[in-house]
Amino acid sequence: MKRTAALTLLLAFGASALPGILAAQMATPMRGATPLDSTNQVHDFKPMMKERAPLERAYVQQPPLIPHEIDGYIINANSNKCLTCHSWDNYRSAKATKISLTHFRDRDGTELSNVSASRYFCTQCHVPQVDAHPLVNNAFQPVDVLTGR
Amino acid sequence: MTDSERTAMPGKGRAYGFGALVVTFIAGIVFWGGFNTVMEWTNTEAFCISCHEMEENVYVEYQDTIHFENRTGVRATCPDCHVPKEWVHKMIRKIQASNELLHKALGTIDTPEKFNAKRLELARNVWRTMKRTDSRECRNCHDYDYMDLTRQGRRAFDQHVTGLDEGKTCIDCHKGIAHRLPKIPDDQASVIN
Repeated sequence: MKRTAALTLLLAFGASALPGILAAQMATPMRGATPLDSTNQVHDFKPMMKERAPLERAYVQQPPLIPHEIDGYIINANSNKCLTCHSWDNYRSAKATKISLTHFRDRDGTELSNVSASRYFCTQCHVPQVDAHPLVNNAFQPVDVLTGR
Repeated sequence: MTDSERTAMPGKGRAYGFGALVVTFIAGIVFWGGFNTVMEWTNTEAFCISCHEMEENVYVEYQDTIHFENRTGVRATCPDCHVPKEWVHKMIRKIQASNELLHKALGTIDTPEKFNAKRLELARNVWRTMKRTDSRECRNCHDYDYMDLTRQGRRAFDQHVTGLDEGKTCIDCHKGIAHRLPKIPDDQASVIN
């Protein structure tokens, strides 16, 4: 009887302390310390970067970033706005970077004479950038070949 | 006929003549006003998209573009680009539009599938007209003489300088800016560039 009472007391204590322990272990979420049921402060919209020189890669396999705005650029089955400047037909007159030859290879490894359908949707890999700080700070550094060190 | 009646006749005739003139004049104003009002009414976006062919295809696409919604709130409506401002050109375009009424009745493009099947042809009609008129409707707002190229981005600056040298017109490059581009067959790829 005495033991049962002690156990109950212990359980009750444990249960009441549990949320406190959990809260202490949880990292502060990205939305800040604002409770879920209240509205937190909305951050400013980050404007897209205006056109600039090509952006450095952060890692060697990285698809090059888009150093200009692409608002309203349509890529669909009928047309691809990116290719009106970046295709091998047009890059000279548009003074644009030409798309990589690797994009001429289809999924079976066959070399084609133009962009493969599997590489047609540019923004699946290539994205524009906003001038924003990382949400979580980190110590990531590009490899030496990219920084020229 | 008495003398007194004979002398009264010319005066009466003049009064009638003057009356007829006034009535014709007023009728002219009413008719012209009415004609103009109806024509202006057919020159509104609400009229254009009262046909589902326009509302469900081109108007939906248009809403994603900068001519519909932008930072300053200045926008172009359908007739700003598709109907000339000058009276003679406007009348000619309005008469041509009767052909569009015929095809509305025939249901030529009354489904999205039919519309998309004819999209290349329809787009090329507009491109041909704009090329012929030296993009007249674009220039109602975008006047090359007052365009400060130095305030444009590098890409726009380069292209505009080259375009000016080559005597190009707006539509030569700015295709598909307000509506989705059609599927362009490979053998006709040159129409887009």
